Amino acid sequence: MRYLGIYFISISEKLGQSFLMIKSSLFWLFHSRFEMKETLKQTVRIGVDSITVTSLTSLFTGMVLALQSGYTSRSLFNEPLYVGSVVGFSLVKELGPVLTAIVVVGRAGASITAEIGTMKVTEQIDALFTLGTNPYSYLLIPRYIAFMIALPILTVFSDFIGIFGGFIVSTAKLGVASSVYLDDILNYMEVKNFMHGLIKSFFFAFIIATISCYKGLYTSNGAQGVGKSTTESVVSSMVFILAIDYFVSAVLVAIGIT
Amino acid sequence: MIKIRDLTKTYSERLVLDSINIDIKDSEILSIMGPSGTGKSTLLKCLVSLIKPDSGQILIDGVDIVSIKDELRLQNIRKKFGYLFQEGALFDSLNVFENVAFGLKYLTDTKQNEYLDIVKKTLSLVGLKDCEYMKISELSGGMKKRVALARAIAFKPSYLLYDEPTTGLDPITTDMVIDMIKDMKAKLGITTVVVTHDVKLAFTVSDRIAFLNKGKFIEMGSKDEIKNSKNSMVKEFINNTQMA
Repeated sequence: MRYLGIYFISISEKLGQSFLMIKSSLFWLFHSRFEMKETLKQTVRIGVDSITVTSLTSLFTGMVLALQSGYTSRSLFNEPLYVGSVVGFSLVKELGPVLTAIVVVGRAGASITAEIGTMKVTEQIDALFTLGTNPYSYLLIPRYIAFMIALPILTVFSDFIGIFGGFIVSTAKLGVASSVYLDDILNYMEVKNFMHGLIKSFFFAFIIATISCYKGLYTSNGAQGVGKSTTESVVSSMVFILAIDYFVSAVLVAIGIT
Repeated sequence: MIKIRDLTKTYSERLVLDSINIDIKDSEILSIMGPSGTGKSTLLKCLVSLIKPDSGQILIDGVDIVSIKDELRLQNIRKKFGYLFQEGALFDSLNVFENVAFGLKYLTDTKQNEYLDIVKKTLSLVGLKDCEYMKISELSGGMKKRVALARAIAFKPSYLLYDEPTTGLDPITTDMVIDMIKDMKAKLGITTVVVTHDVKLAFTVSDRIAFLNKGKFIEMGSKDEIKNSKNSMVKEFINNTQMA
């Protein structure tokens, strides 16, 4: 019982610190100079540098979705039916945003935690305060903005690449006509299906930015601490993404963005 | 002038600074000596509000920074301080020029086209030349200390704080840092606080020395007064450190 109490106190403490960090970031967003160069640098780091890995992930996801749904449908109905719809809906609403977010956690979130964590243990964060700025305006705000810009763009890009992957397998391996595959998508998919995934990607971006910056900013105990923070950042981000995915999906479905 | 009154700081249950009082006069070099873990660096960080004390006052030119809650006001007070961190704390994602110009960008109204000139002058003041575009990873330990000092003085602060400036350095680089601190006093006349457990450094550069132990100043005075201190702890510390 005592350990349970300690655990909940620790969780509450971390939540409180995260909210204070978000509050400070919002305060400095309006009270300090905007770091345009740093924001662009981070957008490139999170977005452009992640394109290859997110594209490969979604390409193969689209391919395997087409393969599985095509063969399942063929064994049931002697025909690979609605492969385009299955691939399109699965990617645009669910797999595109979630897989992109998870890849970005491993690719950019981890490196941001390690970077800020190293700055913390080598007193570079303290140095920022003594040189007229602070970690919120110099480090956190550019990274928040970069995640909010880069992740939705990467998600849209992943959606198209995944659908393209499904197209290759459907036409080359399953023998589905290209017009049938595309019609399966265009006839059944609506803008709101696309928005469903896109809206979720903004939530994921906020979560990754918050967790990776928080874990970095509260790093202690030298190099070992940096490693621990980085691992915790990746694990926490992934768990939170999957949990928030359900709740945001439920809310979006409830308000008609299905 | 800096006045510290009844400053107290605890970490969890541990009392680090125990109601300490001291005045730091304009243009003097004050060294704060003492064994590791006695609150020297904590005191230095309290001066720039990097650490919030539990109680007491720190008056910087008459303004009590402990009572200030507004971060924007604190940022204005911090402009008065140049801080040399123990390991330099140079931003390794930036080059030498960008590090030294950092304070100019955020603390002064200097035009961007004047940065290079000021950076070059400041680097030559600390004995460095033609290294503006070097990466931090390419610098030696001594060069890093110099660049960190250049960054701390480039925006012309009123107070200069050194946190263990010679820790981890070889004897030659240590002598170089000692000369550098004396040089800064001679050339710029900045009020300086040096936190150290290096007896040689303290006795070479200081106008006054304060000896901190278990969160309290147990001795304070000129170099001679500290050398001839009757306090057994101070005597033991000085003798043992000198022998080492």
